[in-house]
Amino acid sequence: MTAALVAPAAAWLVVFLVLPFVAMLVFAFGERAPEGGYQPAFTFAQFANLPTRATAFWNTLMLAPAGALLCLLVAYPTAYYLAVKANPRFRLILVSLVVVPFWTSLLVRTYAWMYILGSRGIPNLLSMIGIEDVRLLNTPGAVLLGIVYGYLPLMIMPIYVSLEKLDRRLLEASADLGAKPASTFFGVTLPLSLPGVMTGVALVTILLLGEYLIPQLLGGGKVFFIGNALVDLFLQSRNWPFGSAIAVTLVAVVVVVLMVAMRIAWKVAGTRQVDLV
Amino acid sequence: MRAFISSVYLFLYAPIALVVLFSFNAGRNASEFSGFSTAWYGKALGNSFLVSALQNSLMIAFTSAALAAVFGTMAALGMERLGPRMRALFDALLAAAIVVPGVVIGIATLVALVALFSFVNPALASLWPGERPPQLGLGYGSIIAAHGLFSMALVTMIVKARIASLGRDIVEASSDLYATPLTTFRLIVLPQILPSILAGFLLAFTFSFDDFIIAFFVAGSKTTLPIYVFASIRRGVTPEINAIATMVLAASLALILSARLLIREKKSKSGE
Repeated sequence: MTAALVAPAAAWLVVFLVLPFVAMLVFAFGERAPEGGYQPAFTFAQFANLPTRATAFWNTLMLAPAGALLCLLVAYPTAYYLAVKANPRFRLILVSLVVVPFWTSLLVRTYAWMYILGSRGIPNLLSMIGIEDVRLLNTPGAVLLGIVYGYLPLMIMPIYVSLEKLDRRLLEASADLGAKPASTFFGVTLPLSLPGVMTGVALVTILLLGEYLIPQLLGGGKVFFIGNALVDLFLQSRNWPFGSAIAVTLVAVVVVVLMVAMRIAWKVAGTRQVDLV
Repeated sequence: MRAFISSVYLFLYAPIALVVLFSFNAGRNASEFSGFSTAWYGKALGNSFLVSALQNSLMIAFTSAALAAVFGTMAALGMERLGPRMRALFDALLAAAIVVPGVVIGIATLVALVALFSFVNPALASLWPGERPPQLGLGYGSIIAAHGLFSMALVTMIVKARIASLGRDIVEASSDLYATPLTTFRLIVLPQILPSILAGFLLAFTFSFDDFIIAFFVAGSKTTLPIYVFASIRRGVTPEINAIATMVLAASLALILSARLLIREKKSKSGE
């Protein structure tokens, strides 16, 4: 009975997750066929070639954490307001208004900024008041803006959840013991919300490591991520083994980020428990 | 604080509002509104490429979400009774299906399917009695399979959380009163988990309907709506895209709001 219930899902996971990963790993040690695609081999050449795409790795590894931190700077006060300050009657609506954009098309939301920053948008408005030749699109700033816009809801939610669960009596106790609001915040609220912060930062960073649309549309080929290099290698130059090697490396980076985040989260959770007891 | 929060909401909604507003613009400029018009909607809906891309997207989203809802629910029900080791493995695979970047899922599926087809197609050709043997290739099936992976993991997570919050006592009461396991499931368990299954289905549908990157790799010669929109954006930003974008937004908004209502109803019913 149990086996029959789990079988379809298990089969799906094996056939469309585990086996494709194995295939990708095999491809990464192969060679590019002369006409493009893959031919069997066992070589580390593809991995030795990784430095030729160093710019894509560099951009991704700089801009993904930077974007996540910028998100955090906007998200924390917002989550704090929603969980602690907001009128309970409107809280649910306000929270819904934050979540909803995340489930609408990222393509459309990124396109909106392309429209605003593009030559017919803000630069056109600026030229009307005499400021000519402003370039906003296709800059790292535009990519960062798109990142904050696209991933803000995902950063707000876990922080909101951890702040909402926070035991209000601890805040009162802190105030009763003579702590100023600022020291209550830095001594009690902030440490207790760290698991939410960690979840948000890890989640957003991981998704950003594989981002394609935002750098493609707002970076215009000038600011490109690993995702853009992968699309180029698979769909344009058809160098599948090299593309697979990059994808395998990307997964390794994701795993490392995930492990570091879990390590820190455990540490944070561990000290919190000691503090409470 | 208030001013900051207001500007966050303005930041979240102003760009979307602008796209919607300018989809009704008679002129072509993003900086001046030169009169109200629904002409761009007419132009978009008269475009047969767009309409067929929309039909493909709807069909793929419905099929992958329906499969995910059925298999995901079954898995959530079955996982309860798995041994701790199998359960941990299953949990890890589900988490991987959600956390691995879409671009990698797309590539891995592409590579695996192309490798598979290179074995299967010659074999089919040699076994096929007729003139023209069927050729397996990328297309609807591969998009449904790849979308189904994420969607199924999503549904399993949502339904599993709901089952965990269910009281065991009414299930036990039901079997004490001599209900068969199937009757207990039909009359007790299913009604309670149905809203979360539906919510999972709607979220899965929304995910598939909006996904660009996975479909971009495994679509073969087929076109989905996001692929069509992406291609038109690269040809140049036009108000027609605003009209399409507005319709896409309206569709996902309707879906996500229904999903949230379902999840909320479930919570208020269980008294949380």
